[in-house]
Amino acid sequence: MQDQMRPMLHARGISKFFPGTIALDEVELCLHPGEVHALLGENGAGKSTLIKCLTGAYRRDGGTIELDGQEVDPQSTADSQRLGIGTVYQEVNLLPNLTVAENLFLGRQPRRAGLVSRRKMNAQAGELLRGYGLEIDPAEPLTAYSVAIQQVVAIARAVEMSGKVLILDEPTASLDRDEVQLLFSVIRQLKDRGLAIVFITHFLDQVFDISDRATVLRNGQVVGTRVLSQVSQKDVVTLMLGRQLEARVHERRAGAAGKPLVEFRGLGKRGSIAPFDLTVHEGEVVGLAGLLGSGRTETANLVFGVDQADSGSIHLRGKEISVSNPREAVTHRFALCPEDRKTEGIVGDLSVRENIAIALQARQGWMRPIPKARINEIAENYVRALDIRLASLDMPIRLLSGGNQQKALLARWLATNPDFLILDEPTRGIDVGAHAEIIALIEQLRADGMALLVASSELEELVAYSTRVVVLRDRRQVGELTGDRITPDNIVHAIAEETA
Amino acid sequence: MPGPKPSTLKRITPQLLILAAALLLNVLVFPDFFHVDFRNGRLFGNLIDVLNRGAPVALLCIGMTLVIATKGIDLSVGAVMAIAGATAASVVVEGHGWGTALIAALATGALCGLWNGILVAVLRIQPIVATLVLMVAGRGVAQLITEGKILTFSNEGLIHLGAGTVLGVPTPILIWMALGATVIFVVRKSALGMLIEAIGINERSSRLAGINSRVLLICVYLVSGLCAALAGVIVAADIKGADANNAGLWLELDAILAVVIGGNSLLGGRFSILASLLGAMIIQSVNSVILLSGMPPEFNLVIKAVLILAILVIQSPRIGNLVYMLRASGPQPQPDTPPIHANRKEEAK
Amino acid sequence: MIRSTHLPLLITLATFLLAYALCASAYPAMLSTRVISNLLTDNAFLGIAAVGMTFVILSGGIDLSIGSVIAFTGVFLAVILRDTSIHPLMAFAIVLVITTVFGAAMGALIHYLEMPPFIVTLAGMFLARGAAYVLSTESVPITHEFYDFLQGLYWKAPSGGRFRLIGGIMVLTFLVGILVAHRSRFGQNVYALGGGAQTARLMGVPLARTTIGIYAISGGLAGLAGIVFSLYTSAGYSLATVGVELDAIAAVVIGGTLLTGGYGFVAGTFFGILIMGLIQTYIVFDGTLSSWWTKIVIGGLLFAFILLQKGLTWATQARRRRTVIGSAAPS
Repeated sequence: MQDQMRPMLHARGISKFFPGTIALDEVELCLHPGEVHALLGENGAGKSTLIKCLTGAYRRDGGTIELDGQEVDPQSTADSQRLGIGTVYQEVNLLPNLTVAENLFLGRQPRRAGLVSRRKMNAQAGELLRGYGLEIDPAEPLTAYSVAIQQVVAIARAVEMSGKVLILDEPTASLDRDEVQLLFSVIRQLKDRGLAIVFITHFLDQVFDISDRATVLRNGQVVGTRVLSQVSQKDVVTLMLGRQLEARVHERRAGAAGKPLVEFRGLGKRGSIAPFDLTVHEGEVVGLAGLLGSGRTETANLVFGVDQADSGSIHLRGKEISVSNPREAVTHRFALCPEDRKTEGIVGDLSVRENIAIALQARQGWMRPIPKARINEIAENYVRALDIRLASLDMPIRLLSGGNQQKALLARWLATNPDFLILDEPTRGIDVGAHAEIIALIEQLRADGMALLVASSELEELVAYSTRVVVLRDRRQVGELTGDRITPDNIVHAIAEETA
Repeated sequence: MPGPKPSTLKRITPQLLILAAALLLNVLVFPDFFHVDFRNGRLFGNLIDVLNRGAPVALLCIGMTLVIATKGIDLSVGAVMAIAGATAASVVVEGHGWGTALIAALATGALCGLWNGILVAVLRIQPIVATLVLMVAGRGVAQLITEGKILTFSNEGLIHLGAGTVLGVPTPILIWMALGATVIFVVRKSALGMLIEAIGINERSSRLAGINSRVLLICVYLVSGLCAALAGVIVAADIKGADANNAGLWLELDAILAVVIGGNSLLGGRFSILASLLGAMIIQSVNSVILLSGMPPEFNLVIKAVLILAILVIQSPRIGNLVYMLRASGPQPQPDTPPIHANRKEEAK
Repeated sequence: MIRSTHLPLLITLATFLLAYALCASAYPAMLSTRVISNLLTDNAFLGIAAVGMTFVILSGGIDLSIGSVIAFTGVFLAVILRDTSIHPLMAFAIVLVITTVFGAAMGALIHYLEMPPFIVTLAGMFLARGAAYVLSTESVPITHEFYDFLQGLYWKAPSGGRFRLIGGIMVLTFLVGILVAHRSRFGQNVYALGGGAQTARLMGVPLARTTIGIYAISGGLAGLAGIVFSLYTSAGYSLATVGVELDAIAAVVIGGTLLTGGYGFVAGTFFGILIMGLIQTYIVFDGTLSSWWTKIVIGGLLFAFILLQKGLTWATQARRRRTVIGSAAPS
């Protein structure tokens, strides 16, 4: 029935190129009025880029956008707002220092005799929000209210200013169950008002809860648009991850794991990851699987002392140790390659050489500088061993490609000769060649007797190197696979399995 | 590799050129500028004066360079100078020796630096805000010590620090050069320099790599306090008295200026103390030109303003992008320009 | 209605009332209208400049140039009234245009060069002071009958206090400042900028226009403060009002405005000025206390308010953390 209607927004052949990569390749997205349309895909699939092209934040390199039957060409986010496309992000993009009403009416405050009329503004805001089922005092500062309410305020602002298409970019990522329901009731209401709504999230339950159709992106291409009432969660996960899920026999290297190295007992942090038990043995790779937001990064950060646990204990070779900050973790010969290379990994303006030496140097203390010759030796060794491609060791690391940055970070930690290596998304955003090399390296390190904990969204990859896979869902451990049971299919099952 | 490396030389070339130009101007207005005399066991000459008069700012900019390298700023150094000068003066007035006075002054400076460091590193108050407190209150504290008077003294040892000579060379010159050389040596021969730069560039990454950023930040402000204390003692010794109102007045701005002229970014990261010291000498040489040419000294401020503006334009990320785009002119994709004002607010949290 | 955002303002007000009560209990004479009127007169120029500083700080910036701009204005007026026959009102208009354009230029540099306000306004500070020196290094007396006329304007309170014109100008400036900050779209944009430039831009706030406007206001009000200062001292002196920017910043912070921007009230700054004036008056009354205690007490207050703000920020963040469950990675 909907297909006969004129689409509210029809984007065709949208392409976007970045130096060296094709971020979007002839993407088509069609939104009907009164529809919630989920946009799905793992990180780097092109969801954000597509949204940015639609809202004018990026200049697209090809394709047309038709809005309500008119071809449009938004030049900026403000421009797209005027045209009728409003966006609400995960990070509430309102101002925390203003009141609810001030946020709602910034730039278009009701005035009387040239002056902003606060009374009128508050009254109008109150009335507006009541329409969204919110009985709140709009004269209170925005931060007086929960993130869910802030999200609704952001939605109200976007709808009031735009009113045709509403893009919700991970609006539920920081909400709890009840708050999600509040948000959903608002979304349903807007749907009835005839808005076309794009819903981006990593929570599949929510997708099936509220969306009518879903478009799945992978590697910048649309791999399918599905009517959700006709497919299962597993179908969608398969589309997203895109691997042929036929059971592939993986050669499990025999050589059983060695002695237990680190043991986490009841380690957890409220609001971040539920308490979990985990033991990692020498010569073992424990994979952490789960969709984005399931608690992979949270686990890695907790284990390395980036975040401080509020329950549980850590034992190293049977002795209890304290890991309350990364510095302590490093002295215990832990190492972490973080997920966000740019803000948590590289020190951009320092040279590759210094970036490789920095963790070792930090552990040795400033008093004992590593001699230049030794640094050179270490750096050159790893550049050779990991095949890091660079013009010179003196160049700032930020100029390297993603894959080479990642290898340099690996070199940084390998130089500290760690016993326990944590890798968070080690292959994110790097090219195919480097990808294979890093996987081979992980296998090599395992064979050398190192204990590894690897979080990844790439199932194929996890299956390739893990001796054990821990599955996370909704910020808790929900399963563990060992030996021959480690197959992409089984992991998908464990991830998609409905919670009781 | 011992000796000045080619990379160091390349780094300080702009400063050397500006300094050469400033000195050349000095010679133009006063042909005898480079003439150095040896009279009464002391070196005399305009060049010596530049080196001597520039000592306070030179000392300040050593600590300031380190602070700015960590993405911070220390507004309190002028006030700390006044406090340290007052401390030294009051100690000798009470009859103690100059050594005690010097140690007391340095201890006060260290205490002030520690205070700033704790506010910045532990309480996580923005550096500009944190050091403002001492900038405002510091002069009052100094006056409290001197009881509002210009506290004069006649302790030969202390006076020697500011007005005396060692082997014919005015002591302040020796002090700033020695301290500069020591700090450069320590920072570059140990791993401190790299760790400080790492914090200034990306504190989160640095912390995740195991660097103890909190202690390092405190140390950096501590060094700045010590440098300011030494400068304060020299200034007090030079006039044989501690003037709580005027000692080191607005020198924090000159010190920041010296660091900026030294090509160090106010946004932290890579630093060169040597370049900052050259910056301090450039400022003093410009002072000297104006003095020698008989121009009203008022022009000094205008010239400083012009210098800052020139540096602003050179350092501006926007201009940098423009240059990048002009160089890369052609069918290349537009660089992903950084968000406007990214550095303005986000740090505040 | 009392709201949590008003807390710093209330604390400032309470501090003022407490300080005043303490002063009055020690020296009942401090209750006289004479003291009150002097408080307004003596701090008029500082108050006017502090209104501009409040806007700058609310937007997350800082303006180091205002002391120099005040001095420049004074010297400019003195020289122009000495050397030409221009009417003072005309001279006022000229100098206000100059200082406003000067401020706007700094705002433009800050916005378009993307450089920290600290260093840009530092250049402005040197430039304005240098310009003042170039005009005259001597203190130039102003003798003009119109000045005498303006200085003679006052309202005599029943108990002897003389409320002079310049105090009135300050109060008026504060009233207009309050209206602009809280009741105009521009004022709302200033707060938005202080809350986060990036978000403000996404929400459609014109960053360039707002930034330039803010520094233009600060420059213009520094010019007005200069005019008032010249009425107060009947002279223009290039060495005058050194460090006034610090006093203004202190007044703004003691007035409850967050130095990192986004939170605060123009009215708070008024009480910040009064508190600082009160400290000085108390020390004058006391006679045995030395003047340096002013600086120490103001520094202490500054510290207390910075800590208070930090505490409030932490409290808000903790509250937010309780509602935000972890943080998922950006996609």
